Formats: sequence, C-alpha cells, structure tokens
Amino acid sequence: MSKSIDQVFLNAKQWLLSWLTGLPTWMVQVVSSLINIFALLAVFLTLFALISVLERKILARMQNRYGPNRVGPFGLFQPIADGIKMLIKEDIVPMRADKIVHFLAPILIAAVAILTLGVIPYGRNMTPFTIDGGILFFFAVGSTTELAVFMAGWGSNNKYSMLGAMRAIAQMISYELPLIISVLPVVMVVGSLAPDRIVAAQAEYTFGLVPRWFVFTPWGAAAFMLFFVSGLVESNRTPFDVPEGESEIVAGHMTEYSGFKYATFFMAEYIGMFAISGLGITLFLGGWHAPLRALEFVPSYAWFFAKLSVLLFVYIWIRGTLPRTRIDQIMNFAWKFMLPMAFTCIIAAAVWHYAGRGLRGWLWSLFVIAIVYAALSMLLDTRRKFAPRVYRFAE
Amino acid sequence: MNSAAFIVTAIFTVAAALAAATLRNLMHAALSFAAAFVGIAALFFLLGAEFVGLALVFIYIGAVAVLVVFTILLTRRDVGKDRGFNWGGATVAVAVFACLTWSILKTQSLAIGAPHIATLTVKRIGAALMTTYVWPLQCVGILLTAALIGALILVMEERR
Amino acid sequence: MTPTLQVFLIISATLFSIGLLAVLSRRHAIFILIGIEIMLAAANLNFIAFWRFGPQPQPPTGVMIALFSIAIAAAEAAVGLAMVIAVYRHYHTTNVDQLDQLRG
Repeated sequence: MSKSIDQVFLNAKQWLLSWLTGLPTWMVQVVSSLINIFALLAVFLTLFALISVLERKILARMQNRYGPNRVGPFGLFQPIADGIKMLIKEDIVPMRADKIVHFLAPILIAAVAILTLGVIPYGRNMTPFTIDGGILFFFAVGSTTELAVFMAGWGSNNKYSMLGAMRAIAQMISYELPLIISVLPVVMVVGSLAPDRIVAAQAEYTFGLVPRWFVFTPWGAAAFMLFFVSGLVESNRTPFDVPEGESEIVAGHMTEYSGFKYATFFMAEYIGMFAISGLGITLFLGGWHAPLRALEFVPSYAWFFAKLSVLLFVYIWIRGTLPRTRIDQIMNFAWKFMLPMAFTCIIAAAVWHYAGRGLRGWLWSLFVIAIVYAALSMLLDTRRKFAPRVYRFAE
Repeated sequence: MNSAAFIVTAIFTVAAALAAATLRNLMHAALSFAAAFVGIAALFFLLGAEFVGLALVFIYIGAVAVLVVFTILLTRRDVGKDRGFNWGGATVAVAVFACLTWSILKTQSLAIGAPHIATLTVKRIGAALMTTYVWPLQCVGILLTAALIGALILVMEERR
Repeated sequence: MTPTLQVFLIISATLFSIGLLAVLSRRHAIFILIGIEIMLAAANLNFIAFWRFGPQPQPPTGVMIALFSIAIAAAEAAVGLAMVIAVYRHYHTTNVDQLDQLRG
C-alpha cells in the first residue's frame, strides 16, 4: 500500500504514456520530457506563489504585525492579486537601453533557475533529468546566472543597475568557490557526481536509529553550514542582499525592470533558492529518506518537501533576524574564512574515510575541523575590539 | 544521436560564432560568444562526452565569458568605436575554410557512422585522470596556479 | 540516419575558420582572444569527434586531451585578458594596430 502511494506520480506518468503506444519512440521521449517539465513547473510555481505569501506572513509575525490578510482566507490569494497587478502594469524599457540584452536577461535568469531544478531527486525514482554528472550540471548551468545578471545591469544602461550587477557578480563569484568546494567532500566520499547515488549512499541507519546523513558527521555539518551560507549569498537573500540594497542602489540590476519582467526576476530568485535548498537536502540531509526507520511508510516526496519547507523557513527566519552586511565584510568573510574552512572539510572527510568511517573517524575529523577553526579565528582576530569606523572612500 | 537535434545545434553554434566574430557591438559579440559555447557544449553532449560539455559550459560561460564582459567594461572608453573590417583577413579565412572542407569531403575514410560505444561515465574519466593522466593533471594544476598569480600581478595597481 | 564523422569535421572546420576570421579581421584585442578561444574549441570538437568515431573500445584519450585543453584555454584567457587591461592602462587603447611602440 505505502509502496503504491510512494510511486503514485510515476504510475500516473506511465499511465499517461501508455496512451501513446504505437507512436515512434522519439515522440514518446518528447512527451515524457514534457510531462516532467510540466510537473516541475506546476509544483514549483505553486510553491513560489505559496512561499511569497507565507514569507510575508511569517515576517509580519516576527515583526508583531498581521501581514497580508485581505485577499481570500488568511490572505492566501494574495499571490493571484499580485500576479494580476504585475501582468497589467506598464512595461517600461528605458530609451537608451540595449533593448535586446534588456529583454533577454530576465528570460535567461528564469530559464537557468528552472533548469537547475531538473537534476534534484524529489523522491524514490523521481529525478526529472537523470545525468551522470548531475552535480556538475547544477553548477555549470547555475554559473550562467552571473552572465544574466550582468546582461540585466548592462542592458539597462543605468549606473545603479550596473553597480548592482557588479556587486552581485562579485559576491556570487566569491561565494561560488566555497559553495562548490563544500560540495566536494560529499562527492569524494560517495564517489559519484550523480544525485541519485548520493541520496542512496545516505540510506542506512546507524544502530537502526540515527540516519546516515552526511550532516551528522563533523565534516558534513561544517560543509553544510558553509553550503547554506553560500547558498544564501547565491540567491541574494538577506543578510547578503547587498546587490539590491534598496537604501543604497534602488534595486540593483532590477532597477530598470517593471511589470512582468520584474516579477520574472523575483521568481528566478525564489526558484534559485528552492534549487539550492534542494541540492543541500540531496547532498547533506539524506534527500528523500525518512529520518527514522519507523517513519519510512510516509512517501519519499513528502519527506523531501518537508525538509525543503524547514530550510525555507530558516531562510525566512534569517531574513527576519539579521541586518544587511557590508560588501567588504562579505568579501573578507568569503576569502578569509569560508574558503579555508571548505578546504578543511575536504581534508576532514578524507580523515573520516581513512579512519574507518566509524566513531574514530568521527572524532578525528572533528579534531581537524576544530583545530583549523580555532587557528582561523585566532589569525583573523575575531575578538578584536570594535574601533571607530574609518571612512576610506568618502571623505 | 538524433539528426534533427544535431542540425539545429549545428546551425545555432555556427550562427552564434559568426555573430561573435562579426558583430560591431562589442557586448553583443561577447554574449554571442557565450551562446556559441553553449552550442559547442551541446555538440559534445550529442557526441556522448557529457562531462566535457558540462566542463566547457562551466569554464567558458561561468568564467571566461564573465571575464570578457568585465574586460570590456574596464576598457570601456573604446567600446562603440568603429574598428573597420579587414577584408584581407576575411579572404584568408574563407580560403582556409574552402581548403579544409574540400580535403574533408575528399577523404573517403571519414564518411563513417558512429560505432556503438559504452557510455563514458564520470567515474571512468576520474579513474583515467587519477592513474594514466595524473602527471598532466598536476602540470595543469601548476599552470593554472601560475596563470592565476600572473594575471593578478598583471592587473595589480602599480604603487608609485 | 545519424550524422557521420565528416559532418562533425565540417562543423569544426567552419568554427575554426570563423575563429580565424575574428583573429585576422578584428582590431580589438579582446576579440582576437575570443577568436583564439573559438579556434581552440573547434580543435576540441575534432578531438571528441575522432574519439567518438574511432575504433572501440578504447581509453577516453580524446576526452582527456579536450579536458586539458579547456583548462589551458581558461588559463590563457585569464592571462590574456589581464594583459589587455594592463595594456589599456598604459596606452588607453585596446586596438592592436596602435600598439606599435617597438616598430623599428
């Protein structure tokens, strides 16, 4: 019974495809991909609509107010109202803008964000796009975002747009290094770049109780934290939303966009957030596996989306808690702390592997990470007393 | 290997490369350069070398294209100035193209279909890189480090 | 019907000629570099095509050389663009025809 509920979507797809028997194989392949794409878009656009209203409501709760509560029950129809508003707004293109580039940037940024969703396993046998180098695909496609942001900034022909794009690219490139390097220990330990294999490697339970997710090893916990912070930066979320800091540079690279194009940027940002959280779940939080053996009767995709909503809540929580950081602090943090720690995670994972992957390996890798962490804290002098701020650039 | 997919990809790649080589607007040319590399990566996918295709996208779109647009931005005073087109160069390029195409079409042993091969997994590439090709790999590592330091020193502000 | 080796080689030759065209006819230093990159990619396409159509089974030699040449091309692009910026700082031009200080 639980097995059939677990595979209900796959069976539905098989049933749909069974209508096509007799057609040439390539046509069946095309229809099969179209079903995957449609399902992916339907699920994640709904999630986007939902999270955009939930984020506002949760933020409002954190700030002691009500949030949207006028449209529909509990304000849940707010995204529909927002969508209609965005659609009927006038679409303004600046006169001196580079029209083609200005037009292509939102399309590219949304396409890239949606493409990266394709390689994440959402449940048992539920990877929309199975490819041997899935993790590499995620980062290869994801790195195109930088070019899209640049296109938005350049195409707008506006100094705020350009400044915002430069900030965005600078921080995205800086944090892409720790992001990718914090993924490497997992790839190294599993010995595969395929997301399905990585999820399968986290299937067992130690003593039948604690799941063997990589986040429960010292190197995995450290790498997950690095991954999560880099993910925050990559999706331009608070406290790293300097590129679109409203108080300084209007809305960064999105300044000259209005109406539906602006909504597309907004959507791409959220979908990028879903994708990076999904990858984090796949790599460190056991993918679609249940946290307890007794709970395995719950369908696999339910676990995936439960974990996803927890991560998204943490994103919103951070947004409600932390103020925006300064750009030079962000950069220093990336190059002086995140990158060495990410490299340490690789070494710690190797130590864990060669000490037998047991308790001994656990303690040794904890030791390695603790030593480097302590050394870095001492070198970077984090306990320095706060001095009066020195204005170097604006006298 | 689907021939329809191949034709579309090939036309896209050649068109984008031609745009990169000839467009007057430098930023458009740089972006077409990026598009051309997406096409080449797609051709690699069609040839069954997925890992190389992904590496190509990763390195060229994520790194080289961003470097190129940044360089255009930093040398902006020159952007938009008309450069003129060197017809001598075009003639040489067409001559080289004609020569190459003629020799390829003449060689009968090249008109072969693709044999059936086992898929090239990432694991096989990794194993080859870590065993047979470990010295070239180390050399490339040193080369990249040297290039990184060299590029940094070249663009560093000179202290006066 | 699948494309034959010839077709891939012709695509590669076309890309190579386009790269050559960019190198020979453009006067902007960045675009000469872009032309070189396109030519290198055409060579990589050749390597991969010959590996794919070659006698099977065999070690992935073509793939390996393509990977190494991509890495080297990336290093070359980084240094080349850094040089463009350095030259621009000194001469305030990126036109290679105007960089003729050493002409005797």
